[in-house]
Amino acid sequence: MGLLQRAWLWLDDRSQLSRTVWPVLTHLVPKDAGWWYVFGSATLCAFLAQVASGVALALSYLPAADQAYASLQFISDTAAFGGFLRGMHYWGAGTMMFLAGLHMIRVFLFGAFKFPRELTWMSGVFLLGLVAGMAFTGQLLRWDQTAVWSVVLAAESAGRVPLVGESIARLILGGDTVGGATLSRFYAIHVFVLPGLIFSLIGAHLYLVLRNGISEPPRKGKLVDPKTYRAEYEAEMKRSGVPFFPDAAWRDTVFALGVVLCIAGAAFFVGPPELGPPPDPSLIVANPRPDWYFLWAFAVMALMPPGLENVAIFVGPIVIGVVLLGLPLVFGSGERHPPARRPWSVAAVLIILVSVASFWAAGKRSDWSPDFNAKPLDAAVVGARSGPISEGATLFHDKACLNCHNIAGQGGRRGPDLTYVGDRLTKEEMILRIMNGGHNMPAFASTLGPEDLEKIVAFLQSRTAKQKSPD
Amino acid sequence: MQTEPHDPIGSAWLASLASRRRAFLTFLSTQSAIAPSWRCRASPSASPPLFQRRKQEWRDVGALADFQAGATRVVSFQDASPEPWAGVTAKTAAWVRRESSGELIAFSVNCTHLGCPVRWIADSALFMCPCHGGVYYADGEVAAGPPPKPLPRYPVRTRAGRVEVRTSPVPITTA
Repeated sequence: MGLLQRAWLWLDDRSQLSRTVWPVLTHLVPKDAGWWYVFGSATLCAFLAQVASGVALALSYLPAADQAYASLQFISDTAAFGGFLRGMHYWGAGTMMFLAGLHMIRVFLFGAFKFPRELTWMSGVFLLGLVAGMAFTGQLLRWDQTAVWSVVLAAESAGRVPLVGESIARLILGGDTVGGATLSRFYAIHVFVLPGLIFSLIGAHLYLVLRNGISEPPRKGKLVDPKTYRAEYEAEMKRSGVPFFPDAAWRDTVFALGVVLCIAGAAFFVGPPELGPPPDPSLIVANPRPDWYFLWAFAVMALMPPGLENVAIFVGPIVIGVVLLGLPLVFGSGERHPPARRPWSVAAVLIILVSVASFWAAGKRSDWSPDFNAKPLDAAVVGARSGPISEGATLFHDKACLNCHNIAGQGGRRGPDLTYVGDRLTKEEMILRIMNGGHNMPAFASTLGPEDLEKIVAFLQSRTAKQKSPD
Repeated sequence: MQTEPHDPIGSAWLASLASRRRAFLTFLSTQSAIAPSWRCRASPSASPPLFQRRKQEWRDVGALADFQAGATRVVSFQDASPEPWAGVTAKTAAWVRRESSGELIAFSVNCTHLGCPVRWIADSALFMCPCHGGVYYADGEVAAGPPPKPLPRYPVRTRAGRVEVRTSPVPITTA
């Protein structure tokens, strides 16, 4: 027996390593647990990749308000593999959000959250919240202009919480304003607090998965009865279960490897997110947008009826948390098979997915934001090179009407498209709307002189489907 | 899996409490672990934002002559007592207007909806927010969009021909 082998046997005997790990690795799992069961382990793998790229980034990143931006520039432009690492961390974060969501949907649709796995689901809900927290705080560590305004947005949102709102807002900002204390607290949260909680909850999550076993794929008419479930599951595992390693583990490994390769591919070919202008709160030309995974929330904040806002900002997250955590307690037994016996669960998932996708698309377009960079209308669009119509078109741009109204594809989309407004409104109606405003339009009575008004209305009157060309 | 008979730890432990000695030892081992934390208040570096209010300062933002009557322009200034490592994050902006009457008004740049920086559009005399579409009139009243309150104002004054704005906390819209 060689020295190495003897050393290993000694180590294994004293540490009891293989006696502890081997039964865990080879615990019996349902033989028909196929590719649907790989999302959880892939999320874990994406998390480990985040830890690795995060540690590598922390070697160069300076969590100081005045130096973080310069260190990010260094990482992006100078450091070896720096841009690639930032890309890994960025795409890894999005992948983790995506996979965690996918895993949750799979578990929900398969009814795997029911007895005896209620706690596994609940720990997963907390993990999802923590992952979202990591995504938000991580976006802030990209300490550019958008990060600064995201902190302000977080503080303002927290301010709507009854009674303690202002205190929470001050805690988020680290004082009265964004400043030296702001970044370091988000760094501490992102690098120590949340990862610590995630590690411990992953431990709990995996422990519960091992103790309660991997759920068998749902079968029509096979109900979950807490009185008999455990015994039945055990009998089934003894009869037809297969060892997790290697019979099921190969799928997890292959899929997780694919995930990491995809993240690396995106980091290499697409690269890291652009570093915006410096984190200077006095630069008021800003256009803050969240990273893609929160774009739907950005749209919700813009489209929500203002009267609901205070309630929704505070109560919304609580309702989501209570519904998710309460789910296995209320629906902990009975049918598991999704389309045949739980049609409403499928409908619920579809409704949520369609809603998020719609809000996401709306956030991407963000029609409600004025177009500050709208260029003056071309003569070809206006249909005149001089005279009141042409002057009206110039005023339409200069008075910022074009920031919110679209003419033949130019300008903002906040208000109605006015390409053919001449067909819809009379001169008097136009004057009334411009002077008094209405709905979501400011009144211009105090800022528009009668001559300018006349010209703008002349221009708008000319906007008909049968418009003539300028020459 | 659950082959072993179900014997929750708790039941045996509760039964053992019948012995006074065991109960006392349980008390000792739990409370002596928890007790030190009674004395640990929130760590000092975490609590100041809650309890310590910064003294606000008047900041010079330019010569009065540079503020034309009827014009609204952005000014930037330092927050009150910024940390030495705050860098550019210690800067804040305000929109300052000198009315035709000579009166000065300073508006916060933070939209009352969710705090994004509003921009002054001079020709239409409106403040517009780039985030969720909030619009304010020249006097700061809400003209359109989701903002629940008018644009807040900062204290502003003139001293020896200079315009001064008083630093203020980021205005937080509360419920």
